[in-house]
Amino acid sequence: MTNIKFLNLATPNWCPGCGDFGILLSLQQAIAELNIEQHNLLLVSGIGCSSKIPYWVKVYGFNSLHGRALPVAIGAKLANNKLNVVVAGGDGDGYGEGGNHFLHAMRRNIDITYLVHNNQIYALTTGQASPSTEEGDKNKVYPHGVIERPIQALAIAVANGATFVARGFAGNVPHLTDLIKQAIQHKGFALIDIAQPCVTFNHHNTYDFFRQRIYDLQKEGHDFKNKTKAFEKALEWGEKIPIGIIYKEERKTFEEKYPQIAKKPLSQHDISFVDIQKAMDKMC
Amino acid sequence: MEKNKFSWKLGGEAGYGIMTTGLIFSKACTRIGLYTYDYIEYPSLIRGGHNAYQVRVEDEDINSPIRPINLLVALNKETVDLHKHELTPNGGIIFDGEQINLSDLGRNDLKLYHVPLLKLEKEIGGLMVMRNSVALGASFGLLNHDWNIVEKTIRDAFGEKGKDIALEDVKAAKAGYDYVKSNYNIFDFPWKMEKISDEKKMVLTGNEAIGLGAIKAGVKFVVIYPMTPISNILTFLAGYDEEYGIIVKEPEDELSGINMAIGASHMGVRAMTATSGGGYCLMTEAIGMAGITETPLVVIEGMRGGPSTGMPTWNEQGDLKFVLNTGHGEFPRIVLAPGDIEQSYYLTRHAFELAEKYQNPVLLITDKNICESKKSLNFFDNTLKNIRYGFASQDELNKGNYLRFKFTDSGVSPRSVPGMPNGLFIATSDEHTEYGLYDEHIDNRIKMMDKRFRKLENCKKEIPLPALEGDADAEITLVSWGSTRGAILDSMKWLRNAGIKVNYLQIIYFSPFPDEAVLAILKKAKKTLIIEATKNGQLADVIREKTGFVFENTLYKYDGRPIYPEEIHDKVRSILKK
Repeated sequence: MTNIKFLNLATPNWCPGCGDFGILLSLQQAIAELNIEQHNLLLVSGIGCSSKIPYWVKVYGFNSLHGRALPVAIGAKLANNKLNVVVAGGDGDGYGEGGNHFLHAMRRNIDITYLVHNNQIYALTTGQASPSTEEGDKNKVYPHGVIERPIQALAIAVANGATFVARGFAGNVPHLTDLIKQAIQHKGFALIDIAQPCVTFNHHNTYDFFRQRIYDLQKEGHDFKNKTKAFEKALEWGEKIPIGIIYKEERKTFEEKYPQIAKKPLSQHDISFVDIQKAMDKMC
Repeated sequence: MEKNKFSWKLGGEAGYGIMTTGLIFSKACTRIGLYTYDYIEYPSLIRGGHNAYQVRVEDEDINSPIRPINLLVALNKETVDLHKHELTPNGGIIFDGEQINLSDLGRNDLKLYHVPLLKLEKEIGGLMVMRNSVALGASFGLLNHDWNIVEKTIRDAFGEKGKDIALEDVKAAKAGYDYVKSNYNIFDFPWKMEKISDEKKMVLTGNEAIGLGAIKAGVKFVVIYPMTPISNILTFLAGYDEEYGIIVKEPEDELSGINMAIGASHMGVRAMTATSGGGYCLMTEAIGMAGITETPLVVIEGMRGGPSTGMPTWNEQGDLKFVLNTGHGEFPRIVLAPGDIEQSYYLTRHAFELAEKYQNPVLLITDKNICESKKSLNFFDNTLKNIRYGFASQDELNKGNYLRFKFTDSGVSPRSVPGMPNGLFIATSDEHTEYGLYDEHIDNRIKMMDKRFRKLENCKKEIPLPALEGDADAEITLVSWGSTRGAILDSMKWLRNAGIKVNYLQIIYFSPFPDEAVLAILKKAKKTLIIEATKNGQLADVIREKTGFVFENTLYKYDGRPIYPEEIHDKVRSILKK
């Protein structure tokens, strides 16, 4: 088994107590338990506190642009479909700046795992509203309270073709580790929206807030194959907040639809000589 | 009688197969050894609006459209109204006299050929679009082209899959061909064509040449959001995806397109995207990321009239300074610009080489008049092989302590790719250490910036130097870039025929810029004329910035239409007072 110690690249500089530590630990643990070799995983992120995560995990990393982690990851996966590709980033990065990519990645059912560190706030820019901030929450930008409704990312994922939709909690590492393992093993687009308390800027959605509300869907016997039930659970947010697998189905992945890469990945194609005579003949 | 030298134009409502018919006309001419240049005009509409397809034909290589036409095929009245002033004396109009009335033509020096297009098309039970084929046949009847070649060209155009449609089109064309021959004395019409050679030639657009260049370079990943005038790069390559093992993807937007291409290139495959000005605006942040992560990438920017949505289907060269200054901050930008369809092939291939060699984005600027115009050309060099540059071997990685962004004299550091053991690193849009960890220390920042820019210095040593074309002891030196090249070359022939000595400097490599070589050439010039499809002269600005040279004469055109060789010819003569 891969030793989790080998997965530590450097010391994270997140605030003490940040939910990101729990996610980092869970991801490292999941990689180790799945026995994935370091060089066979590409971890792609966008921009934000959570997007610093490739700096702390000793695998291949790509810290891309704000909102653009998914397209970078999709391009990488299509170029080498044998590689494990995990994407991580915040809710602002994925649901705001990269919202369009989020929608379309799910339609494709490309085999990547997407971890959204959802702290419901913009933390790196010191506390503005994010697409997931709850209506009425006060912050620097909305001194009278946020007047928009939070994005329903999990319900959108169920509707739009993600084949593995789950919520995790950064404060429950064993549960989150197990969830990430299942997501990586799942063939298709796997989204885990992770409730990630921001101890510095979000004083509403705290560890206690979640501990008082979360319950494990799998312990309740939730039928994640039932889309209608999945919608109910995806939208449930209040006195009770579900964690675990909300929706799951098996569907052909994007990569499997390309005969070009059925035998070997694009990255292994030989390009030393390409004969274009036939294509030129057609021009005559 | 004028043999093998004429200009033909087909006009009508958009959406009725004018483009297909025009291409068949052009190919049928090249099949008897003639040279063609096709220029297409259309508005930004799907159906309706006026479309025109012009084919210039000569018995020697030609590089641009000219304004005068000798035979106009009018599928509607609007075509006549818009283009009758372009017809030369004795020029002909093929039209359906049962559908349109030309009593208000206002010209009595033209020959009118009524052909009942609709009636003939109905008689053979064809579809509305078959009218084009009737008119095509009539054109060839009038020009006295060999029917067998016309028939074969139509059949080849539709291929095996379109066999049945081809049969109908052949019938329609034959009806037009026979009608003209039996109802008119075709020798009244002064222009004729005759076979000069059996040598095969291609007829293709700049977009297709870019596509061929990319295939030849071993492109494996193409992701393009459609946009005029480069959409056909996407559709052309999509037609070859399985044959050449390429993933051709239409993304949700340009942001996704370029970032996917970067992701794929990161894995070691040759990747490209293409767009026009508006889409390019969206891509600039990612191009900066390719710069700082040292990811090879080829981006095609096909210019059209701007700003904003501008004039989507018309030509302009207004993006030069924008592309040269792509994105924020300082990073090496390698910028190339082909001036014609043939150069589009070779430069695209070169763009992939430079991108991989220098681990850097390469931006290739082209324009509508290259992208969508067609020209007859000999086959491109198919013997070229691809060398792979800059990859670290597994043995090197196994030695340990691999650093992806290692400081090297050349500025290029050997790449590992994800999947290779012992090659871990982080590609990051932040400034970073040799491993790829973000880092903001003074020393590291300076060393990293210097390392990246050393690549550009080295690239400058290998780019081909600009060279003058034309007379060594010229009375005037013409300077341009991009599609204006064609009109300049053609105007130079006319000027030489008039006893005027002229030469031409085309700028192809813009960054790194060959400043010393350009200045040396310009300093020797007796007179200079710079020609651009811009309002303010962007090339003139760039040359002034890089060399201090200021041009004496300018020809700027920014109405979206091509700069015609006539205009250049006249301008040169007025400058030289000859």
